[in-house]
Amino acid sequence: MSFPWLTLALVLPLTGALVLMLLPKSSSARPGESASALPQQVALAFSLLTLALTVGLALRFDPNAEGFQFEEVHTWIEGFGAHYALGLDGIGLTLVLLTAVLTPIVVLASWGDADRGRWSVNSFFAWLLALEGLAIGVFAATDVFLFYVLFEATLLPIYFLIGGFGGARRSYAATKFLVYSLLGGLVMLASVIGLYVESARSSGGPTYLLSELVPIMGDVDTGVGRWLFLGFFVAFAIKAPMFPVHTWLPDAADEATPGTSVMLVSVLDKIGTFGMIRFCLGLFPEASTWATPVVLVLAVVSILYGALVAIGQRSIPRLIAYTSVSHFGFIVLGIFVMNSQGQVGSTLYMFNHGLSTGLLFLVTGFLIARRGSRMIPDFGGVQSVAPLLAGIFLVAGLSSLSLPGLSPFVSEFLVMTGAFVRDWWYAAFAVLGMVLAALYILLMYQRTMTGPVRPAIEGMRDLGRRELAAMAPLVTLIVALGFFPQPLTDVIRPAVADTLSHVGRADPGPTVTGADTEAETGADAETEGAD
Amino acid sequence: MTVEAPHIEYGTLSPLLLILGVAIVGVMVEAFLPRRLRYLVQTLLAIAGTLGAFAATIYVGTRLADRADGRARGSIVAEGAIAVDGPTIFLWGVLLLLSFVSVLLFAERHLDGGVTAFAGQAAALPGTEAEREASTRGLEHTEVFPLMMFAVAGMMLFPASNDLLTMFVALEVLSLPLYLLCGLARRRRLLSQEAALKYFMLGAFSSGFFLYGIALVYGYAGGTSFAAVAEAVAGRIGSQGLLLGGVALMSVGLLFKVSAAPFHAWTPDVYQGAPTAVTGFMAVCTKVAAFGALLRLFYVAFGGAQRDWTPMIWIVAIVTMAVGSIFALTQSDIKRMLAYSSIAHAGFLLVGFVGLYQATGAAGSEITSLQSVLFYLVTYGFMTIGAFGIVTLVRDAGGEANHLSRWAGLGKESPLVAGVFAFFLLSMAGIPLTSGFTGKWAVFTSAAQGGAWPLVVVGVILSVVAAYFYLRVIVLMYFAEPAGEGPTVAVPSVLTVAVIAVGLAATVVLGVLPGPVLDLAAQAGAFVR
Repeated sequence: MSFPWLTLALVLPLTGALVLMLLPKSSSARPGESASALPQQVALAFSLLTLALTVGLALRFDPNAEGFQFEEVHTWIEGFGAHYALGLDGIGLTLVLLTAVLTPIVVLASWGDADRGRWSVNSFFAWLLALEGLAIGVFAATDVFLFYVLFEATLLPIYFLIGGFGGARRSYAATKFLVYSLLGGLVMLASVIGLYVESARSSGGPTYLLSELVPIMGDVDTGVGRWLFLGFFVAFAIKAPMFPVHTWLPDAADEATPGTSVMLVSVLDKIGTFGMIRFCLGLFPEASTWATPVVLVLAVVSILYGALVAIGQRSIPRLIAYTSVSHFGFIVLGIFVMNSQGQVGSTLYMFNHGLSTGLLFLVTGFLIARRGSRMIPDFGGVQSVAPLLAGIFLVAGLSSLSLPGLSPFVSEFLVMTGAFVRDWWYAAFAVLGMVLAALYILLMYQRTMTGPVRPAIEGMRDLGRRELAAMAPLVTLIVALGFFPQPLTDVIRPAVADTLSHVGRADPGPTVTGADTEAETGADAETEGAD
Repeated sequence: MTVEAPHIEYGTLSPLLLILGVAIVGVMVEAFLPRRLRYLVQTLLAIAGTLGAFAATIYVGTRLADRADGRARGSIVAEGAIAVDGPTIFLWGVLLLLSFVSVLLFAERHLDGGVTAFAGQAAALPGTEAEREASTRGLEHTEVFPLMMFAVAGMMLFPASNDLLTMFVALEVLSLPLYLLCGLARRRRLLSQEAALKYFMLGAFSSGFFLYGIALVYGYAGGTSFAAVAEAVAGRIGSQGLLLGGVALMSVGLLFKVSAAPFHAWTPDVYQGAPTAVTGFMAVCTKVAAFGALLRLFYVAFGGAQRDWTPMIWIVAIVTMAVGSIFALTQSDIKRMLAYSSIAHAGFLLVGFVGLYQATGAAGSEITSLQSVLFYLVTYGFMTIGAFGIVTLVRDAGGEANHLSRWAGLGKESPLVAGVFAFFLLSMAGIPLTSGFTGKWAVFTSAAQGGAWPLVVVGVILSVVAAYFYLRVIVLMYFAEPAGEGPTVAVPSVLTVAVIAVGLAATVVLGVLPGPVLDLAAQAGAFVR
């Protein structure tokens, strides 16, 4: 592949952002629909182009080929050993796809959200596109230095998105988010520097290229490897976010616009779990195995803590944020059980969680915008005034609690199987998390959607065409992938096998799933399909 | 008895001599040209001088002789008093470029009603009739240009000196004009004069320490040339107490100049009181020169006594980073905040300095300590001068609006200025794709290679603290509502615009493609001995 497709996928949204910055400012200060929707249209066009490009990439992706595809490697900063190196494996491709799918939907759903911000509409969509481009770069980077640079660079768009367009305490939330992330990022910087020091001692001189670093790190001193692992892991745990470094997320989600929350939770936070697979497991297999017991306990704590705290929330976005803490616990659990079911499940979960939480944030966003409040007690009986909205809310909620037939179920089931294979204790606690999920979702639905219609709710508009257009692809994907996850699992499985062989746990993989059918309760053909 | 005239290599020293010459011509201009011509002539002279000296530096740099099997290049000139080698040439180049940029900032006349930011008549007491008269007649002190040129000459001599006495002379030559320049502000003159006096008193005090240190080292080594000191240190002859005392006292003098804690107390006051153009010049060029001198003194003369002085520098580095980062949090004045920021940066530079890593591997492409510090100085210099350029633009009726509360809502008032300033702040905080990040990466990496891991970890943690106070300003500019009238952004002439543009361009380029400058710093090689 000579043409730099991945660079194009990265540059396209960034170009869109630049174009938006240069567009004349539309008069957002004036209320009403008279302002032209040019920025929105431009953003939508660029995000759709990017989507088309990434879908094209996905179609040309060969799931059975070894290593990275669509590779581009150029020396960037020789003295630092840094390269401009991009490439995709199955895991990276899945997340690039997720990013590309969600961005146009977010643009569509956030059509009018930026009007209420302090800044121009242009800048909202420009930051959004910039975020998309950088996130694609993060998932495609095959050089640690490039990854680090992009990883840190993604913070700025989201910082300005929260701080510029969020709710009343947006400045606090944005700063808290950034300080947490910078803390993680700088701790990781120490480890990144450590990689340089180690690679500089090797015969080849300093390098950050993943393919060259992996063999070098194989020979590294155990103690050093563990320290470096810790630096990476802390950064990714903050990003993910895991208990006990999750506290920035509820604040950020509470203040941000729904679109920003989707980009934050569905796309950016995946960098954390993605990084755990690619860098923690990829570069430090020994240290990852060493840390497994602690990480698994933290994951289980995240699952239960997130779910329990979610039940008690009164603010809808905060509740969803805590459910995400719980879900990220599942993803981390799946990664660190170190078997193929768990990791395939986790990677799939990253994608599905992106869809389901994205849907949930957006639909509740519509709800909140209509009522002007995000508190659960302010709602009631919505389903009789706005049945469509309530219906989609229900679908989103059910997918979030992993109802069989919807896509998150497949991934959650795989993760549970993986946990069970590892040790039934983890699975037992994780099941508790699933039960709690039903509780927090259904309670929220019951309190907001059912019951007598509150006076403030009367006359609430149902979903409009644009809003439905934004929701429809997500609902379709959630249902379709619920029954037919193969396209994704086929792509993910070889990449996971590769990672696992690295950690020294080459297990038979696919066949094991079939052996665990006794754990299935319903007639779940789709997990069989996962073979 | 015949006295032999000392042999001076005029060609090799031409950049330094050129700047000194320009300074002296500048003094003549003050004496003989009519007042109305002086501003123009002085500005052009200073610009031509710095650019000419820069060209001369490049010329000299291309003709350096290889020494020590190609690991160092250059020669020791002026009877052993001055070393013109790779690092010297690099630092001269950086100093002259930054001085050139500072000249533009000095010459800005658009912001304050057609006159420069310097006092009309420094001798007129603040608040008197004489002062009012000077200001109604539109007087301005064009002596600032020759003063600055003298300071630049001192700064160039400082890192090039290869003899303790030369170093002391350089220190004084660079300091005295700065003391004067600090007191020449047109607005808030009392504050400015107070700053000058403080700087002078403390500076004189630290020079005393430095001189006494020289005396002790002389007593130990029996000579003042770096070669003699290095030889004595390597041989461990004489009384160790004399050496340690000398090293300690001399480092007080130097650490004062780089504003490292606990010798930093002057920095915020002086940075706040001095005219902003002078603050920028001082923050940038003094730091470059003083770090160059610090590197040469410790690497060349005291290199053999590493084990004695590294613990001290470790502690100073940690304290400096901590003081700079933490105290900056409580500042409410933008110039004071930038002063603490410059203290924090001195700490990061010290981390790179104390790593003491010299490439040993066969590959030879690793980052050395000297290279990383030189590179960091470049990145620091351009982003800082750019940031001070912006500070001169935000004004209200009383001159510059330096109080942070006046900056609230600047993002709405003037998106471009706020955006550029935010970019400089992000660079100082070390966010990737800015030069601040590549610089930080370089110093931390060289320190890590030298085994100074604890310093790297402390540095990383304090970077977060530092990032927080830079963010505060961004939050203020973008997310806060303007208080009262709100700030106004004055429209500058092309001079200040050029300063900011150069700073911005350097910050972007060094952040994205630092390779060439990094290579240049690597090519500088080691110090000649």
